[in-house]
Amino acid sequence: MSAPTTVVSLKIDGKDVSGRADETILDVASENKIHIPTLCFLEGLSGWGACRLCLVEIKGSHKLLSACVTKVAEGMEVTTDSPRLLKYRRMVVQLLFAERNHVCSVCVSNGHCELQNLAQVLGITHIDIPYRYPTLPFDASHDLFRLDHNRCVLCTRCVRVCDEIEGAHTLDVMGRGIDCRVIIDLNEPWGSSQTCTTCGKCVRVCPTGALTRKGTGVAEMEKDDQFLPYLTRMRGSQS
Amino acid sequence: MTAEELETIAQEEREACGRKKHHLHVCMAAGCLSSCSDRVKDALEAQVKAAGLEEHCQVKPVGCMGLCAAGPLVSVADQNVMYKEVTPDDAADIVGALKTQQPVQRLHCRMDVPFFARQKKIVLENCGVIDPERIEEYIAAGGYTALHQALTSMNTAEVIAEVSRSGLRGRGGAGYPTGLKWSMVAKAGGATKYVICNADEGDPGAFMDRSVLESDPHRVLEGMAIAAYAVGASRGYIYVRAEYPLAVKRLKIAIRQAEKQGLLGHNIFGTPLSFEIDIRLGAGAYVCGEETALIASIEGERGQPRPRPPFPAESGLWGAPTLINNVETFANIPPIIRQGGQWYAAIGTEKSKGTKTFALAGKVNNTGLIEVPMGITLREIIYDMGGGIPDGKKFKAVQTGGPSGGCIPEQFLDMPVDYDSLVKVGSIMGSGGMIIMDETSSMVDVARYFMEFCMTESCGKCVPCRVGTVQMHDLLTKIIDRKATVRDLALLEELCDMVRNTSLCGLGQNAPNAVLSTLRYFRNEYDELLVEDDAEPALADAGAKENAS
Repeated sequence: MSAPTTVVSLKIDGKDVSGRADETILDVASENKIHIPTLCFLEGLSGWGACRLCLVEIKGSHKLLSACVTKVAEGMEVTTDSPRLLKYRRMVVQLLFAERNHVCSVCVSNGHCELQNLAQVLGITHIDIPYRYPTLPFDASHDLFRLDHNRCVLCTRCVRVCDEIEGAHTLDVMGRGIDCRVIIDLNEPWGSSQTCTTCGKCVRVCPTGALTRKGTGVAEMEKDDQFLPYLTRMRGSQS
Repeated sequence: MTAEELETIAQEEREACGRKKHHLHVCMAAGCLSSCSDRVKDALEAQVKAAGLEEHCQVKPVGCMGLCAAGPLVSVADQNVMYKEVTPDDAADIVGALKTQQPVQRLHCRMDVPFFARQKKIVLENCGVIDPERIEEYIAAGGYTALHQALTSMNTAEVIAEVSRSGLRGRGGAGYPTGLKWSMVAKAGGATKYVICNADEGDPGAFMDRSVLESDPHRVLEGMAIAAYAVGASRGYIYVRAEYPLAVKRLKIAIRQAEKQGLLGHNIFGTPLSFEIDIRLGAGAYVCGEETALIASIEGERGQPRPRPPFPAESGLWGAPTLINNVETFANIPPIIRQGGQWYAAIGTEKSKGTKTFALAGKVNNTGLIEVPMGITLREIIYDMGGGIPDGKKFKAVQTGGPSGGCIPEQFLDMPVDYDSLVKVGSIMGSGGMIIMDETSSMVDVARYFMEFCMTESCGKCVPCRVGTVQMHDLLTKIIDRKATVRDLALLEELCDMVRNTSLCGLGQNAPNAVLSTLRYFRNEYDELLVEDDAEPALADAGAKENAS
């Protein structure tokens, strides 16, 4: 017999909804077709709470909380959309654009990029924040894949999928603050990695053009991360 | 170990001490050591030997005496005399003066000045009095009796009630009620629980925890053991930064001694309580002072914060309920148990009880460590105790709370120092760093300095802190370089608001404080640096527009 499930009722954007106590605000919102923008979140991976796009207002709390990691609670009153939240979300996306060298017109992921989509959805027509134009390396040493730091947003989806789903933990992050960078093993060229299984999951979950498959044109570089919920579910049913 | 054995150790120690007529205390904490107090101690020992006074005179290494600006410090405990700026060459005169009872005038440091007289020492009561490397001295000063009392005559609820009654609030900076935190961990389910002491003190200009660990490490161990009993933990960690080698060394010695005496380990005082403490060294990341990042670091992960809730009290180290308190918080526990929460609550203000240690630094005559009752005014601290501003300069602002805090201008000097008043004027209590600035400091420079600190210490996990701090730093640099316009300042203010409200942890949330508080009180200094708006920025925007689309 499975443990009893605690069910709670709450309000999201004024709508009465129900949820299991182990669900996040984002889970319950998507069940109810309430859209909250996300970037570092990906169904099937552990919550990370780092991009701050899914911040929501909760009545009684003076702090904004990320919907992807905050569990629902009885009587909670959540606001997912307000002028203030929209302003902050726009700034997050702008900060990301200004951080590295995101030039959509020459990007292999143009048209299939989650950062680009976010900018469109949030109505960002230009970037008010000065571009930083850092000089960043590019790793094309792997037979099949490329890692372009210029287009990385440090969402760590690749790091998490490699560790949690593939179990290889080839990818991780080094450095601090603005100097953070996704690395292969102990900062080695991808092509010489002994741990990479060449499964390609990292490429499939990458929201931007930072991780791409070689030999694909702009129109073909469609990311497909729908395998993830399936894999997680199947693994869960095995254990 | 039993109460009788504890008393025997204390008795023997007091008798051994009583056999000596003179007691020369030499400060051997980091401040005085850096000006060679170890050589002063050697010279004093040699002179005592030469004068044939070995039988009557004890030369003892002790912890911090507070007035670090005038180190190395030596005190003659039996004559209540303190000497400042002592060199090895002065040893002969000091030993010579023992007989005449006439202090050496050129070295004499008066003890009746406000710097010493206005202090109320609870946390620092043993600092500069006992040898931090000998457990016997701590026991002779009443050490470990609070642990015995808690374990043998109080149940866990009574211990927590006593801490709650004291009104003690977290001394790490945020001021969360300690008793409430303890009761949450005590109530949390699970067989395994942890107690963590946060000794990752990293604010620029702050050295309170360092002094406590270097001068009286057993006090922290005792506080942790009492906490372990109260919340039901059997394992503790002290997370101390590796930049404090002397504190680490003395902690290690203290833990070994306490284990040997049966004051840590299995069945402490013959009760069911078993508690072991391990040290974990921080590798130099400021953000690891944030509790969830600290926990990640102990677990061997990258030192990055996790979203809260869940709070560590519910799910902390390895998912188990975890109590995290700061060094000074734990150091307050033994006296609270010994003398009662009521006694502690009588000190301080209505909402901020007890005392607080502050590290005075910057443009103030008496730099050093002080412990004062809450509610004392900034003016009393800076002018009476600190001796005012050197070289006849004018006071400009005092920075409290480290990089997370803010700058307080002259008009608030008569404000009482407590958690809520400091927040009201845009700063925070913080861990107790107090940097005093005179008229020569540019407040925009100060803001940039703290922003640079936050920028380089950002872990890089969340976007607002990782990128926002860099953008704010660049804008501040632009202002200082006299290249910024009104629009840049407006963007800076917008970023401040956004980073403060959207960052994942306290580091990012408080990073804009230095800018916000200086803008609030010294806006004219920013305005003076701005230049006229011209057509250039508009062109730059047009370039960015193309990139994004």
